[in-house]
Amino acid sequence: MSSDAQDLKLFEKQKRIYPKRVKGRYRNLKWIAMIVCLSIYYLVPFIRWDRGPNAPDQAILIDLVRGRAYWFWFEIWPQEVYILTGILICAAVGLFFVTSLFGRVWCGYLCFQTVWTDLFVWVERIIQGDRTKRKKLREGPWTFEKLYKLVITHFIWLVIAWCTAGSFVLYFNDAPTLVHSFLMLDVSPVVLGFVGGLTFMTYMMAGFAREQVCTFMCPYARFQSAMFDKDTLIISYDVDRGEPRGKHKKGADWTDLGDCIDCTACVQVCPTGIDIREGLQMECIACGLCADACDEIMDKVGLERGLIGYNTEARMDAARQGRSEPFHIWRPRTFYYASVLCLIGGLMLHTLLTRSPLEIAVLHDRNPLFVQLSDGDIRNAYSMKVLNKTHEHRHYKLSVDGLDHSDIQIKTAGQTTKEDIYVEADSVKQYRLLVRSSLPKQEPREIKFKLTDIETGYEASNTTMFISQHP
Amino acid sequence: MSENNEHNTEKEIDKLTGVETTGHEWDGLKELNNPLPRWWLWVFYACCLWAFGYFIVYPAWPVIGGATKGTSGYTQYKELRASQDEIIKLQREYLDRFEKASFEEILQDPALYAFANAGGASAFKDNCATCHGTGAQGGLGYPNLNDDDWLWGGHVDEIYTTILHGIRSGDIDGHVSQMPAFGKEKILTSHEINEVVDYVLALSGNDHKGSNDHKGSDDISMMPGQKTFKQNCASCHGADGKGDKQFGAPNLTDAIWLYGGDHHDVYKTVYNARSGVMPAWKTRLDDNTIRQLTVYLHELGGGQVDEIETDHAMEGDVAIPSVEEAAEMVAETVIDAVEPQTVEEDIPVEEIGDEQ
Repeated sequence: MSSDAQDLKLFEKQKRIYPKRVKGRYRNLKWIAMIVCLSIYYLVPFIRWDRGPNAPDQAILIDLVRGRAYWFWFEIWPQEVYILTGILICAAVGLFFVTSLFGRVWCGYLCFQTVWTDLFVWVERIIQGDRTKRKKLREGPWTFEKLYKLVITHFIWLVIAWCTAGSFVLYFNDAPTLVHSFLMLDVSPVVLGFVGGLTFMTYMMAGFAREQVCTFMCPYARFQSAMFDKDTLIISYDVDRGEPRGKHKKGADWTDLGDCIDCTACVQVCPTGIDIREGLQMECIACGLCADACDEIMDKVGLERGLIGYNTEARMDAARQGRSEPFHIWRPRTFYYASVLCLIGGLMLHTLLTRSPLEIAVLHDRNPLFVQLSDGDIRNAYSMKVLNKTHEHRHYKLSVDGLDHSDIQIKTAGQTTKEDIYVEADSVKQYRLLVRSSLPKQEPREIKFKLTDIETGYEASNTTMFISQHP
Repeated sequence: MSENNEHNTEKEIDKLTGVETTGHEWDGLKELNNPLPRWWLWVFYACCLWAFGYFIVYPAWPVIGGATKGTSGYTQYKELRASQDEIIKLQREYLDRFEKASFEEILQDPALYAFANAGGASAFKDNCATCHGTGAQGGLGYPNLNDDDWLWGGHVDEIYTTILHGIRSGDIDGHVSQMPAFGKEKILTSHEINEVVDYVLALSGNDHKGSNDHKGSDDISMMPGQKTFKQNCASCHGADGKGDKQFGAPNLTDAIWLYGGDHHDVYKTVYNARSGVMPAWKTRLDDNTIRQLTVYLHELGGGQVDEIETDHAMEGDVAIPSVEEAAEMVAETVIDAVEPQTVEEDIPVEEIGDEQ
C-alpha cells in the first residue's frame, strides 16, 4: 500500500470528556430525576406486600425458580408471559410517544446510562475537583495525590457498582433474606456470578464507556431520528441571535456581534463533548445542561436567557420569518403513538384485572385415541392440568357436558373422585382422566369438561373431543 | 488503485460532509473516513485472545485421528455422563423409597406414584412398545394394555408376575398353556369348527352370519355349536365362555378380540390355535424397572383393584360347572403344548385359506 494509506486514521482514541459543573433548572431537574430513579431502583425490593401465607410478601419480585412474577396487586405465571411482551411494547411505544413530543428527554434524564454516568461524574468531581482540576490531574505526572485520588474514586465507583448489581439480584430473590445471606457471606455461586458481572458492567459503562455507549452502542440513539419532526422539542442554539459570535468585554460595543460571546461554557459542560452551536447532532442526549450554562453566562453579561434552549424547528422557522408559533403537542404522530399506547395498556390492564383464578387444560390422549372395553363401552383418556392461581388450597368438582351416560374416573395416587379434586394453593396439578361412555360408535363429538370451585362456585372449562371410532 | 493514490498525496476533504476521504474511489464514489472508536479495535483483539485461550483449553483443531484435546479435557460425552450421574443421584432419593414400598403403598403415595409412572412410561417405550405399541394400544395378536381385559390377570401382582416371567417364554415360572389346533390336529371337522365359531360369536353377541348352517335363531342354547363347545372348549374357556385367567384363556363373551372378531378370524384361531409369546423380562430388566412398568400398566386404565377383583372373580366362578373335568383336560393340553413339535408345526396364517 502507498504511504498515505498509513496516514489514514481508521481508529480514533476516545476523547476524554471532563464535564464542568453547572447550575440551573435543567441541572436541578436532572438531580431530582436521578434521586427518584436511584431511590426507586435501590429501595423498591424492600417494599413488603401481604399476599397471605402461601405467597411471597415482596411487592415486586420475579421468582425464576418457581416461575412467578409479582407486581403489587398483580401476579403472572409463565403462560401469561404475553403480559411481559405487552409491557415491552408499552415501554417502546411510550418511548416513541415521549420522543416525538419532547425529543430525547429519556436519554437526557432517565436512561440508566445517563443516571449512573451522572452519579459517577459527581463522585469524580467530589474527589478530584472540577473540569480543569480533573484534566490537570489526569494528564499530569504520577504523584501521590494523583494516586490516592484515583484510588479513592475508583473504590467508590466499585462500591456503587456493587450496590447496583446487588440491588438487581434483589428483584429475583426475597430481599431481606438475600441481604442477610450477603452479610453472612453465604451466597450461591449463581447470585455471585450475576453480582460480579453486573458490578463489572456498571463500573465499565458508567466509569469509562460513558458517552461511547450513547454514540456507538445504543440502537435507540440511532433510530429515534425517525420519530422526530418539525414539532419535536430539541436543544437548539439560536443562530440568528447568536451569530456572528465573538469575545466581548464588559461595556464594549455590541455592533456587528451576535449574543454568543464564544465563551464555550456550553461545550465545557456537555457530557457528550459536542458543540451544540453546530446544530443538532446525533450525540446530543438533550439533557439541557448547555442551556443552563448559557443562561448563567447570559445573566452575567446582562442579556436575555434562552440563546440555547429547548425549542422546535417549526418555532425557529417561524421566528425567522417574524412570526410566533405555539408548541403543537397533538399531531398525527403523537396521536398514533398515544392511541397505540392506550390500546395496548388498556388491553393489558383488562387482562390483568379479569385474570381467572382457575384454569384447566384438558388434552386428549393421542395414542390410543380410544379404548374398546370388554363390555362394549368406549373409553377415552385425557390428561388434565388444573391451575389453581389463588393463594388458598382449593377443592373442585369435575363434570362433563355433551356426553350423557358417561363415567369419569380420575387416575392419581390414592383415591380422588370427580366430586372432590384437591389442588394446593398457587400450584398446578396434573391428573389422568378416563371417561367411558356406552353411546354407540359415532363421529368424534365435542365435549366440555367443567371444573367448579366448591367454595366459590367459580367455573373453568375446556372443550375437547370424545372419540369412539377410527377416522 | 495505486495510480489513483499517487494523485492524492494530500488529505482530501469531502465538500458536502467535511469529512476526510480514504482516497478509495469506485466509479466516482468515494469512501469517507469516519474513524471507529479505538476500543472497538481492542474488543476485536480481546475476542482474538479469547479464541486463542479457547483453542488451548477446549478441543479445537482437527488433527489426524481426531482433534486436539485441550487442557480441560472437555468432551460432550463426559458432560453427558456427569449430568446422568446427577440425575441418578436425584433418582436415588426416590429409588430408595420405591424399593422398600409395596405396590399398595406406591399407589397411595403421590411422589412414588409419579416416579413409577414416569419411569414405567419411559421403560415401556424402550422395551415393550415394539409389540404393544407406543401407547400400549396393542395390535392384532398383541394385547391392548389400556383395556380392562386381562388374559393372565390385571391385578398389580399378576401384572408383575407376567412381566417378570413372561408368557410361553421358556422361563420355569412363566405362564404356559396351549390351545389345541382343532382343525390342524383333526380334532374337529371344518363343519364342526364353523358351528362352534357361530356359537362363540353368538355368545359375545357379535355378528355371526359367517356360517350357512346357522338359522339365525336368538336362542343360543339351540345352536348346533353348543355341544361341540361344551366338549372341546368349555374346559378352559368355561361353560359360559367367560375364560379363565389361570390358563390365560380369554373371555369369549366380551367385546375384545385379540386376533380379530369376525367369523373368518375366529375360524382361523380355532383351526390353527394361538400361542403368543412374551419374553421373561427379569433376564433383561432390573426389578425396579419391572415394578415401575407394573405400576404404569396398572394405571393405564385397566388395572384391577383388590376389592373389585375378588367380587368379579366370585361372580365368574359361580358359572363354571365342572372344575375337575376342566382341570383334567387342561393338564393334557398343557403337556401337548410343552412338546416342541406342536408349536413349530404351526401353519402360517396364509395357508389356512387353502385348507378351508
